[in-house]
This record gives sequence, C-alpha cells and structure tokens, in this order.
Amino acid sequence: MRFNKLISAAAAATLMASGVAYAETLTIATVNNGDMIRMQGLTDDFTAKTGHKVEWVTLEENVLRQRVTTDITTKGGAFDIMTIGMYETPIWGKNGWLVPLDDLSAEYNAADILPAMSGGLSYNGTMFAAPFYGESSMIMYRADLMKKAGLTMPDAPSWSFIAKAAREMTDRDNDINGICLRGKAGWGEGGAFITAMSNSFGARWFDENWNAQFDSREWSDTLNFFVNMMTDAGPAGYATNGFNENLSLFQQGKCGMWIDATVAASFVTNPKDSTVADKVGFALAPDNGMGVRSNWLWAWALAIPAGTQKEAAAKQFIEWATSNGYIDLVASKEGWANVPPGARTSLYENANYKKVPFAQMTLDSILSADPNNSTVDPSPYVGVQFAAIPEFAGIATEVSQEFSAAYAGQQTVAEALAKAQALTNDAMEAAGYR
Amino acid sequence: MATQHSRSIARLMIAPATILLLGWMLVPLTMTLYFSFRKYLPLRGGDLGWVGFDNYVRFISSSSFWPAVATTLIIVGGVLFITVVIGILLALLLDQPLWGQGVVRILVIAPFFVMPTVSGLVWKNMFMDPVNGFFAHMWRAFGAEPIQWLSQASLPSLVMIVSWQWLPFATLILLTAIQSLDSEQLEAAEMDGAKPLRRFWHIILPHLARAITVVVLIQTIFLLSIFAEIFVTTAGAFGTKTLTYLIFQRVLESQNVGLGSAGGVYAIILANIVAIFLMRIVGKNLDK
Amino acid sequence: MARAVTPRRKLFNTLLAWAVGMIIFFPIFWIFVLSFKTEGDAISTPLEVLTSAWTLESYAVVQDRSDYFKHFTNSVIIAVGSTLLGVLVAVPAAWSMAFVPSKRTRGILMWMLSTKMLPAVGVLYPIYLLFIEMGLLDSRTGLVIVLMLINLPIIVWMLYTYFREIPVEILEAARMDGASLRSELLYVLTPMAIPGIASTVLLNVILAWNEAFWTLNLTAAKAAPLTAFIASYSSPEGLFYAKLSAASVMAITPILIMGWFSQKQLVRGLTFGAVK
Repeated sequence: MRFNKLISAAAAATLMASGVAYAETLTIATVNNGDMIRMQGLTDDFTAKTGHKVEWVTLEENVLRQRVTTDITTKGGAFDIMTIGMYETPIWGKNGWLVPLDDLSAEYNAADILPAMSGGLSYNGTMFAAPFYGESSMIMYRADLMKKAGLTMPDAPSWSFIAKAAREMTDRDNDINGICLRGKAGWGEGGAFITAMSNSFGARWFDENWNAQFDSREWSDTLNFFVNMMTDAGPAGYATNGFNENLSLFQQGKCGMWIDATVAASFVTNPKDSTVADKVGFALAPDNGMGVRSNWLWAWALAIPAGTQKEAAAKQFIEWATSNGYIDLVASKEGWANVPPGARTSLYENANYKKVPFAQMTLDSILSADPNNSTVDPSPYVGVQFAAIPEFAGIATEVSQEFSAAYAGQQTVAEALAKAQALTNDAMEAAGYR
Repeated sequence: MATQHSRSIARLMIAPATILLLGWMLVPLTMTLYFSFRKYLPLRGGDLGWVGFDNYVRFISSSSFWPAVATTLIIVGGVLFITVVIGILLALLLDQPLWGQGVVRILVIAPFFVMPTVSGLVWKNMFMDPVNGFFAHMWRAFGAEPIQWLSQASLPSLVMIVSWQWLPFATLILLTAIQSLDSEQLEAAEMDGAKPLRRFWHIILPHLARAITVVVLIQTIFLLSIFAEIFVTTAGAFGTKTLTYLIFQRVLESQNVGLGSAGGVYAIILANIVAIFLMRIVGKNLDK
Repeated sequence: MARAVTPRRKLFNTLLAWAVGMIIFFPIFWIFVLSFKTEGDAISTPLEVLTSAWTLESYAVVQDRSDYFKHFTNSVIIAVGSTLLGVLVAVPAAWSMAFVPSKRTRGILMWMLSTKMLPAVGVLYPIYLLFIEMGLLDSRTGLVIVLMLINLPIIVWMLYTYFREIPVEILEAARMDGASLRSELLYVLTPMAIPGIASTVLLNVILAWNEAFWTLNLTAAKAAPLTAFIASYSSPEGLFYAKLSAASVMAITPILIMGWFSQKQLVRGLTFGAVK
C-alpha cells in the first residue's frame, strides 16, 4: 500500500517533470464564501492549463470544519485539498497531518506572500497551507452619517471615540444603528470579535500557567463596555448577528459603523449589492491606549492532507489558486476590487490595486496584528482572536454562548463571566494543562 | 395456537435475521461503551489509553449537564404536547365532511417531507430573522417591535419549528384512528342527547388512547435525538443545548471522543428511563 | 364516521380546514415564492415580495454552481437502497416476532427502538475509521448500509405491527386445506402483507432522504446527496434567501411529490398498530 503510493507519487513527479499531462481528479473541500465560489467558477482555467479536473465539495463554514477535522484526524483521505484557517494550520502541521509547502516552484514566488500570513500558516518555520485570501478587521463607517453627527473619524480611533460616535449616529426613528458588531455564538463569530476586542482592553484568555482569566477586571471591562454600547447604539437582536447578518444590515444602510473582516470592504463598496457603496470610509480597529489594537488576523488557506496520492496535482492547484496569475485572472474578469485580498505583498504594490479605496487600510490592519504578541500582559498562546491549541475551538464556542446569552439579556455579564471562567478551567483541566 | 411445525420454522426464520439485526445494532453501542472508558482525543494523537470512569464523572459534573437534560425534556415534552393536542383537533376537523378534503390533507402532511436541515434554515432565516424575516415584517406592519425569536424566545421557537415538522405525523395517525371509530356508537350517543364535549370525552378520547400512545412513543424516539434543527438555528446558544447537542459539542467541537461517548451512554440511559416511564403510563394501551 | 351535516356546517368546516391547512403549508409555499425572486426582493416586505418581478435567476445560479442531478441521483439510490435492504433483513424477523411471539418479544422491540436514541455523533469517529478500513468512505454502498442500520428498528417495528394484524386463523385454515408452506407464504400471507410493507417502504424512504448527519459526514464529492447540496447554500456571505429557497425547493420537491402521490398508501399504513 505504502509502496504503491510511493510509486505513484514518483510516477506523478516524473511525469510532471517531463511535462507530460497526467490527468487527475482532485477533490477539494471549501467554504461557501464569495471568493471561493468565484474560484469554483474559474476552475476551467486550471483544467485547461494542467489537464487536472476538480470536484468541489462546497460547505457552510461550520459543516466544513467538522467535516475536514474528522477526515484529517482519522487520515480518511476523502479530500486532496482542504480549505482551512490560521487556527487549524499550525495544530495540524505540528501533528504531521499536512504536506509541507516548502518546495513550491520559483515562479510561484512564495517569498511574495505577506509575512504575517505565511507566519500564521506555518509551524516551526515551515508553511503548511497557502493563503487564498487574508484578512484583518477594521472599521467601516458611513462618511455621510459621521459628517451629519458633526464628527471626524481619525485613522486610528480609540474605543471611547467609537462609543461616543456610535451613540451620536444612532437614529432609531430612521432605523439607523450607530454601530453593528458580532454577538453571535461561535468561536469564529462573536467569539473572535470579543477576543480581539478584549486584547485592546488588556485582557487575555490564559495567564502563563494556563489559568482562565475571565475573573479579571479587564474582561469585565471589555464585556460591560461592549454590552453598554450595543444596548445604546446597536441593532435589536445583535446577540444573533454574525458577519453575514451585519453585512446585510450595513448594505441596507442600517449601520453607522461596523467593525469586521477587511474582506467585507469589497462587499459594502460594491454598488450591485450595497445601497451605501459610495459613502463608506475606513479606519483602523480601535484601541484603548494600551498599545494593542482590537483587530484580528485570519487567512483562509489551502492545505494538502499528508498521505494523499495526488500530492503533485494538488500542489499544482495550490500554486494556481494562490498565485499572482490567479489574481490577474480575477482582475481581468471581475475588476481589481474583487481579487482575493491580503495574501501577497506585490498586490499592495500594484498601481491598479492601490486605486481600490480599502486597499491601504486593509494592509495597515493586517500589518498591525501580531499573533505572537497579541495581548498586553504575557500569554502562553499564539493567535490574536484565538489560542492555537486543539481545545480552544470547543471552549471558545461554549464561552461565546455564555456571552451571547448575556447580550440577549438572559443573564448578567458577571454571571456569563463566572460561567466562562468555570467551564474554561474545567476543560483545561480535562486536557491536562492544569 | 401455532403448531409445533410452524414454531420451528419461525425459529429458523427469526434466528439469522435477528442475530444479524442485534449484531448490527450492537456494533455502535459496543463502540460507544468501549470509547467511554478511554481517553480518546483525536487532535492529541487519538486513543491515549484507559481512564476508568473519568469520562462519566466529568460529563455529569459539567455545569452544562443538568441544564441540557432539562432542555431535552422541555423540547420533547413541549413538542409532544403541541402535536398531540393540535393533532387531535385537526384530526377531528379533517374527519368532518368538507369540500376538498384531499387537498387539505395534502397541505397538512407536507411539512413531514421537508428535511430537518431545510426546515431549520427556512424558519430561522425566512421567518424568524428579526430584520428580514416574515414575522418581523408582519410585526412592523402592525407597528410592533419584531420579536427576536431565536435569542429571546429560543426554546419556544425551537419547539414550534419541531412541532411544525411532526404535526402531520400525529395528525395522520390520529385521523386514521378516528376514522376507524364505529359511527353507530356515536350516533347512538348523539340520539341519547350526549353533548359534543361529553361524546368527545367518553367515546372518542378513550378510542384514541392507543393511537396517542403510538404517537408519543414514536415521536419520543425521534425527538430525543433531534440535532439538525438546533445546529442550524441556535447552534446550542440561548439555553437550547440538548443532551444530544452537548455530546456533539464534546465530540466534534472539543474533540474529546471519550467524553462524548460517556455522554452517549447517559443519553441511552435517559432514553430508557423515558421509555420505561412511558410504558408504565401508556404501555398497557398497546396490549389491548 | 363521516355523517351527513347541514350545508352551513359543512361550509364552516371547509373554511376552517382550508385556513388551517394553508397556515401549515405556508412556509413551504413561501420558499417557493422566494425562490423566484431576486436576492434584493427576497428580503423586502411580504407585499413587495408578492408584487415584485418573478425570475428564474436563482435557479440558474444554483444550477450553474452545483451538479444538482448528481446529488439527486445519490439521494434516490441511498434512500431507496437502504430501505429495500432494510425491509429484506427485517421481514423475517418481524414475521417470526409477530407469529411466534415469546415473552421477550416486546422487550426486544423496545430495546431496538431505544438504540435509535443513541446520539449518532457519539460513534462518528469509530464508524469513520471503520469506513476508511473497508474503503466505504464517500461511497453510496456505505451510506446504504449505515442508513439501513439507522432505520432498521423502525422498519422492524412497523412490519411487526402489520404482521400481527394478520389473523392466525387464516393461516390455519389454509393449512387445513392442505396448502404447502410455499403456497401459504405466496398466496395467503404475501397479499395481506403487501400494504404494510408498502407503507413501511414509503416512510423509510422519506426518513432516509431527510437524514442529514451521516449523509453529510461520510461523503465528499462522489456520494454526496441533497443534504450536502443544501449545506453549500446555508448562510454564505451576502444575501442568500432566494438562492437558499431555490436550493431548498430543489431538495424537497422530489420527496414532496412522491409523498403526495402515495399519500393514500402512506396514510393507510401509517398506524404503527395504533388502530385495531
């Protein structure tokens, strides 16, 4: 069996080297985000260039996570390429479950990948997933409403300014909420937002000995600040709003400000979907004067599970999908505003892309997030809006559920924090950290 | 009654199938039992050895355990209550002479054919969404503030969604039962001057006892393990975490198969307690 | 027990029944409507939705993005295959339980049903490993087997209740008349059992069609049925009501139509022994 794999891998490599087309069918699991669906539509270009066919398994984010995690931990081999994020990559890479991407071709120019991205997608200096697009978070605001409120948004605002602006921009009679933020349960939804926000308030998930820190004043400050601001200036029912709900609110002109993923910028400025496309301004995510901003760092990336028999073809696909050539292809078909952002340095040096209104702010946001140094006080974990340990996803989902219940008014902030503290310590104990 | 001959043939017939059947069903059960005693963490290298009853203790001492049991019982109880009561009323109505009975019956049974995932998604987005949902539009049309269904009324909303899916099933069984009722008996009661309510209470309801039992029994089995509806609507937030969902969280979100398996054993125990309880109360109806 | 009533009473019943029927059916009706709208119109107020232009745009997008026919074929094969296999295994067992019941029969039945309450996710990893070992991952064969197992208790239970209603006296009478075992099975029992088997098949095809845990978790590209198709349209970025509606309509319509056409059989059989 293993011998066979060796032979076929060797055969594939020889064939590739000699330039003979050796047609494979790749099975690729991906998330149903706009950029991936666009990639799916452009697959023919890849098939024309290499002869390999592609079968897509496009799933909603939560289903995708559960699906690929099951497959990778059991070495199931159902997929030749998986779409994963910055959270999974270092953990899986450490376990030896992914094919190292350290031998990509010279023309692919791996050195061009933004260091923040390749760093977050590496374990011990080896890159295990190639970024399809990268993102941080930033403020998107309605320039017209800001002006109407008599305020000017600085490039790097503080939380107190944001809270003030949010309250002044709120106009309940006209269905305008000063600020829309994620409150939805789930570690990648509201959990990601509040964790990134808490960093700027000086909070952290764990101290150096992996003790949960939800009983700290910093966490209570974060959560109280958030809840008070959202009660005064947020949309009704924000406890169930995630990225998508807020996007739709903002596009319909119902939000004064929205702090979320930088990739949202291309959606809110697209006149086809957005009623406020020409009125949007951008700013860095707020801070609290403690030296850490509240923006996160994330990438959706393509990785190859170790043990696949189609490694060579899979690498060809990754080189195609995350290359500058792919960016040019999308630009020629759909315009520069729609290319996958945040992955490559050269994109931000491209004169055409510099004209895109959110390009510079996206880059600045990405550059200001540091996964290795994300908290004010020292922490034992890597990651901005997550801690890159296997237990985090489960714990953070439950913690964010407690928070969401507090946002919905079903319990107080203090109760939510007490429960979060208890369940986090429980889980860390079960995992053997404490 | 049966002859010796037919008995032995029956034995022959039952043996292979039943053994196969029991064997098949034992496979997952045995696996769950086995893993519940192991420290099995897929993201930390898989099966890490024997841990005795650790998983059982940890699962039950988690702060989410008892609320999850309560949520499970509330959802099952709520849905049973709604489907049986409305089901009886609907069955009585559909049993009456009316124009277009066939079409009405088609309309009523339709939800039963809808995938739970689809029904969860549709209710969550197209109806209960506090901004763009149908209900929100209706509420606003009457000048009211839209209800935030899935956060502020999460359990009732879930019960409503699941009831919508199971109402057809209950209605159909109850309708079949009502139709089998001897109409002469009813007419006699009518001539004796018995009021409709009395007729319902003394003749129809006792006749339906057996059907109600079956509805309760079959639905309980399915309701105890509902998952898709919760997964796509609240994902376990706002107090909608059932025992099944808690196990899902332990196995897939926390990646702790051992702990989840211990939860699975508790779930079977709970299921059997419910089943025994049911059999005590209503089981004798089945043997009539 | 339908009886003659006054026309006024009948009119009242009719109106009430239709109103209730339409309320229950409304969510399904509504996704049909939304599926023929643009994304922008699909989130407007109900009145605007009804008066806005109709379009096939969402269906075109869905058709363009996914291979509906592949998912549909997989769904049909998996649902029908698992049901037929299940019936094949269950008939002899249910038969003997019904005709040669022992003290333990009811206990065994209850126990079988209670295994259905075992949360599927608890055995996801072991089953997944088993599937890898046997090369069944992402195969329709594998799903047919798993869904057969999942629904087996229900199939046995249903068949048992039907078979039990077949009077033993008929069998004995036939035997007195000198019928062989073969003709007893063929001419006496089978015709009586057909309606019960038919409705068992119908119900289980529906259950298997709608199963969304195993069908999602044990498949990738090749064997993925309609449940996986739906999972690629739930909550993507941007507006999605119209596309989700179109995908939902495509996923539920086949089973809805089958259900409606066979509702007589389904209703007649759907008693689980509730009616004597």
